Amino acid sequence: MADKSIKTDMNDEKEIRAINKVSFKQRMISYKRKPLSLLMLIIVAAAAAISAAALIFIMVYVLIRGIPNLTPDLFALNYNSDNVSCMPSIINTVVLTLFTLIIAVPFGVGAAIYLAEYAKKGNRLVKIIRTMAETLAGIPSIVYGLFGMLFFVYALNWGYSLLAGAFTLAIMVLPTIMRTTEEALITVPDSYREGSYGLGAGKLRTIIRIILPSAMPGILAGVILAVGRIVGETAALIYTYGSATGYAANPLSSGRSLAVHMYVLTNEGLHTNQAWGTAVVLLVLVFGINTLSAFIAKKLGNKKG
Amino acid sequence: MRLSRFRERAMQGVFFLTAITSIAAVVIICIFLFCNGVPAMAEIGFFDFVGGQKWAPTNVPASYGIFNMIIASIYVTAGAIVIGVPIGILTAVFLARFCPAPLYKILKPATELLAGIPSIVYGFFGLMVIVPFIRENFGGNGSSWLAASIVLGIMILPTIIGVSESAIRAVPESYYEGALALGATKERSVFKTILPASKSGVLAGVVLGIGRALGETMAVVLIAGNQVQIPNALTDGLRTLTANIVLEMGYSTGLHRQALIATGVVLFVFILLITLSMQAIKSRSEKNG
Repeated sequence: MADKSIKTDMNDEKEIRAINKVSFKQRMISYKRKPLSLLMLIIVAAAAAISAAALIFIMVYVLIRGIPNLTPDLFALNYNSDNVSCMPSIINTVVLTLFTLIIAVPFGVGAAIYLAEYAKKGNRLVKIIRTMAETLAGIPSIVYGLFGMLFFVYALNWGYSLLAGAFTLAIMVLPTIMRTTEEALITVPDSYREGSYGLGAGKLRTIIRIILPSAMPGILAGVILAVGRIVGETAALIYTYGSATGYAANPLSSGRSLAVHMYVLTNEGLHTNQAWGTAVVLLVLVFGINTLSAFIAKKLGNKKG
Repeated sequence: MRLSRFRERAMQGVFFLTAITSIAAVVIICIFLFCNGVPAMAEIGFFDFVGGQKWAPTNVPASYGIFNMIIASIYVTAGAIVIGVPIGILTAVFLARFCPAPLYKILKPATELLAGIPSIVYGFFGLMVIVPFIRENFGGNGSSWLAASIVLGIMILPTIIGVSESAIRAVPESYYEGALALGATKERSVFKTILPASKSGVLAGVVLGIGRALGETMAVVLIAGNQVQIPNALTDGLRTLTANIVLEMGYSTGLHRQALIATGVVLFVFILLITLSMQAIKSRSEKNG
C-alpha cells in the first residue's frame, strides 16, 4: 500500500519527484480491490469526453453543412431576397463593433485605472462599484435589449439605430473591459511606479507613460474578448439596432449585425442553406477573435514569467 | 506647477466619473425597467399578472398572465442543470485532477471555445439537429422542453467547468496527500476530500450557470416550441419569459408592450436574486478561506 500512495501526479516541476512508481499491474490490482474507484475514474473520464464531444460535434456538423454553402452569392455586395448576402451585415457588424469600442473602452479603462491606481483599499465605494460591475455582468442580453429599446430608442428618440445598438452593447461589455484591464494594471510591478515617481513624474504621467503601455497587452486581450461578445450578440440588438437589410450609412440608421442576420434567416426558414453558410462565417469570426485574444494574453504571460 | 496640480486633480476626477458609470448604468437600467413595467403590473393586477394562467394579449378583453412562462423558465433551467451540472463538475474534476498534461492543452481551450459559440449558432444547431432527432425518436414535434434543456445544458458547461476547476485547484494539496497517505485510492481521495472542500466554489459555478440558463433567449426561442403552457412531458413545448419578450415585442403596442416589459422586470428580479445569492456565496467562502 505504501509505495502506491507516494505516486501522486506531480506535474509541478518545482516539487520533488516521487521515486516510487505504481505499475499498471499494481494499479489494476488496487482497482480490483476497490471497484468503485475504477467506476469513478470511468465516469469522470466519460464526462470529459462528453464535453469534448459536444464541441467537436457542433463544430464539425456546422462546418460540414456550412462550407459547401459558402458561395460567392453569399458575399455579394448587395443584399436581396434571392442571394440573402451576408456582406452588408458583416460590414455593419464591423462598424457596430468600432462604435461600441469607442464608447466602452474609455469608460472601462478609466474605471479600471481608478480602481487599481487611485482608490484606497477597503474603500466602501470601490466595493459598491465592483458589486455593480458584477451585477452588470450577470444581466441577460435580452434585458439589455429591453433597456436599450426603452432608453435609447424611445426615451432619447434615436429609433432603431447604430447608436442605440452601440450604446446598449457598450454597457454590456463594460464589465468585461473593466475586469481584464484592472487585472492587467495590477500585474504591473510596483517598482515601475516607484521608479517613475523617483524621477519626478507625477501620478498622471506615471499612469499614461509607464503603467498603461506595460499593461497594454492585457488590456488588448480584454478588448478583443469584448469584440467576441459583440459579434456573437443577438438578443440585445434586435430591438435596438433593428434588422434593416442594407448598410447602415449613418449613426442613426438601422442595420442588422451578422448574428441578427442569422436569426432572421433561421426564423424565416426559407434559406436554410445560406443560414448554414452564415453560421460558418460567424463561428470562424468568433473563434478567430477569441484565439487572437488568448494569443495576446499568453504572450503577455510569457513576457512577465 | 499649479497647472500640473490642477491637471492631476482634474484627471483623477475624470477617472472617478468613469468608475461610477457602472453604478449609474445599473441605476438607470433599474429605473427604466421598473418605471415602464410596474405601471403595467398595477393595471393588470400584480397577482393576475404573475399568477394568471392565460396569456392572450390580442383577445378582447385581453388577459396577461405569465405564470406558465415563469414555470416554463424554471423547468428549462432545471433541465439544463440536470444535464449540465453533473457533466460540468465531473469534467472540472477530470481537468484539475486526472488529465494528462498533453491532453489538458487541448481539452482546456476546447471548453473555452464552447463558451465562445454565439447563442444563435447553438439555437440554429439545436433546430437543425436536436429537434429533428427528438421528433423521430421520442415523438412530438421536436421543439420541446427536452430540446431546450439539452442545448442549454451544453451552453452552461463552460461556465460550470471554468469556475469549478479553479475552485478545485484552490484546495490545498495537503488534503489530497493526507487522504492518499491513509491508503485511499486516488479517486476516493479526490471525491472524499478535494471535492467537498471546494463545494462553495463549485456552488458558485452552478449558480452562475443557472443565471445563464435563465437569461438565455435566442437559443431557447428557436427550439422550445413557444406554446404558452406548463408541459406535461419532456417532449411538450413551452415558452420561457425571455422567449415571450423576443417573440412579441416586434408587433406589440399599448398595454401589451408594457406587459412584455413587465415580463422583463420579472426576469430581471430573478437575475438580481441570483446575483445576490452568488455574492453571498462568494463572501462566505472568502470569510471561511
